[in-house]
Amino acid sequence: MTDYDVLVIGGGPGGLAAAVSAKKEGAGVLLIEREARLGGILKQCIHDGFGLLRFGEKLTGPEYVERFEEEFHKLSISYEVQTFVTSVRKTEKGFYVYAVNAKGVREYRTKAMVLATGCRERTAKQVFIHGTRPAGVFTAGTAQHFVNLMGQMPARRCVILGSGDIGLIMARRLTLEGAKVLGVYEVKPVPSGLTRNLVQCLEDYDIPLFLSHTVTRVFGTGRLTGVEIAGVDERMRPIPGTERYVECDTLILSVGLIPENEMAESLGVPLDIRTKGPICDNRFMTEADGVFTCGNATHVNDLVDYVSESGEIAGRAAASYKKRTGQESEKGRVMMDADASLQYLVPQKLNLGSDLGKVILYFRSSRVLTEGTLTVAVDGQKIFARKYQNLKPPEMERLEIDFTGQCLTKESRVLVSIAEGGGI
Amino acid sequence: MREMTCIVCPNSCTLKVEEQREEIVVTGNKCKRGREFAAAELKHPMRTVCSTVRTVFPEAPVVPVRVSAEIPKNRIFDVMREINQTVLTVRAAGGDVVIRDVLGLGVDVIATSSMLQSFAELKGEK
Repeated sequence: MTDYDVLVIGGGPGGLAAAVSAKKEGAGVLLIEREARLGGILKQCIHDGFGLLRFGEKLTGPEYVERFEEEFHKLSISYEVQTFVTSVRKTEKGFYVYAVNAKGVREYRTKAMVLATGCRERTAKQVFIHGTRPAGVFTAGTAQHFVNLMGQMPARRCVILGSGDIGLIMARRLTLEGAKVLGVYEVKPVPSGLTRNLVQCLEDYDIPLFLSHTVTRVFGTGRLTGVEIAGVDERMRPIPGTERYVECDTLILSVGLIPENEMAESLGVPLDIRTKGPICDNRFMTEADGVFTCGNATHVNDLVDYVSESGEIAGRAAASYKKRTGQESEKGRVMMDADASLQYLVPQKLNLGSDLGKVILYFRSSRVLTEGTLTVAVDGQKIFARKYQNLKPPEMERLEIDFTGQCLTKESRVLVSIAEGGGI
Repeated sequence: MREMTCIVCPNSCTLKVEEQREEIVVTGNKCKRGREFAAAELKHPMRTVCSTVRTVFPEAPVVPVRVSAEIPKNRIFDVMREINQTVLTVRAAGGDVVIRDVLGLGVDVIATSSMLQSFAELKGEK
């Protein structure tokens, strides 16, 4: 058995950033990755647009993540690939982590853990589609894996359900490789992907977008032969009489991502029903002492730059966790109450263990607002306000608030809300 | 007046573009790149192409590539044809030129990953 200060599960952008920052703090770090190569999902995100915030350039996914891998290797951080964590046990002497790989069953002990397990796509089973079970129904990520890593084309004539970013990116990618993308159908009245992707992936290639439409049925025995499309009402129920048949050999689903937290749940980490990730504090520590979360396992991010940022904070905090144990529990943590005007807020709690200082918040508005003002109030007293233009649920906002001088206690009532308009 | 979405960064600014004789007036942009984008979009829209090239290496049948700088939007499919006719026979690193001066457009097609080299290292270890 080997002992570590910080054990990171997941070798994507979040995990790499966490491992690098923990190592820089002097911690003994091990990173475990189930795939053969580090890099996570960015290995297959060959389109550009990554890293604008961090590096000021438009990088492709592999270019972005290989910069972090380079730093990771330069620091000689220990790692295991093709290794799958099967269980974690918490004891008074730390966490015992069990994993399997080609060498057999492995056992590790660590003081702190960073769960950088990313998110997973919702599958056909999670959206209500009737019909047979033919080949040719893929999630957008699976199609992306086929095209960009295996060099195989999964589609000739295809329909895309859902206007999430990966779906839009795949609409363009398949078109470039010679497939006919007949349309993108979105059940909601507003698109879920970034506006720039609607422009550069759909408009550029004359791919139509149908809002308030969904796929109600699939046809075909061996391979998909077609799908039934229907318009939906304001409650997203198909409207009888609007059905039409579209002939296609592939249906691609881009219907949302869900943070992956099986490991966290096995450790008794409570999840936030809004983010579907662990409830965490401003250091990205979950409600379970010594268990940290970051990246898309915490909440689904729009930009990898933010994933890296949260990984860095979590890694740094995990590295200093062993030194802090005991001192924190007295002052405790205070909940930040985000009301219904926010789709969600991360972190959900503030750690009062040491001076709070500057805290980074990530949030999404529940509604589309041309002008909105976010305010933070402590015990009814407004302590912060910022005006925003064009707040949209699909676009995450990042905000830094300086809590220096705010005398927060466990009993403080911190309320975060967004009001329409620009009045501060 | 034309409305367009700037695709330079994730802000996705809505630009209002007015052509007044020789001058282009842009509003709604948060930065100067929005103006440049709008000007280019009216006269000669440019785009980046990202794709993959085939390789002779079984562990990585394709490797990601992109153009080293933007190309005219109407040449995207021409460049794709060139990319799809290329087979990589060397273990290129990220940034290595795969097609020099593609179609005389003045830009190269470059590899965007060093995956072939990482795979070579993995083999060396075994």
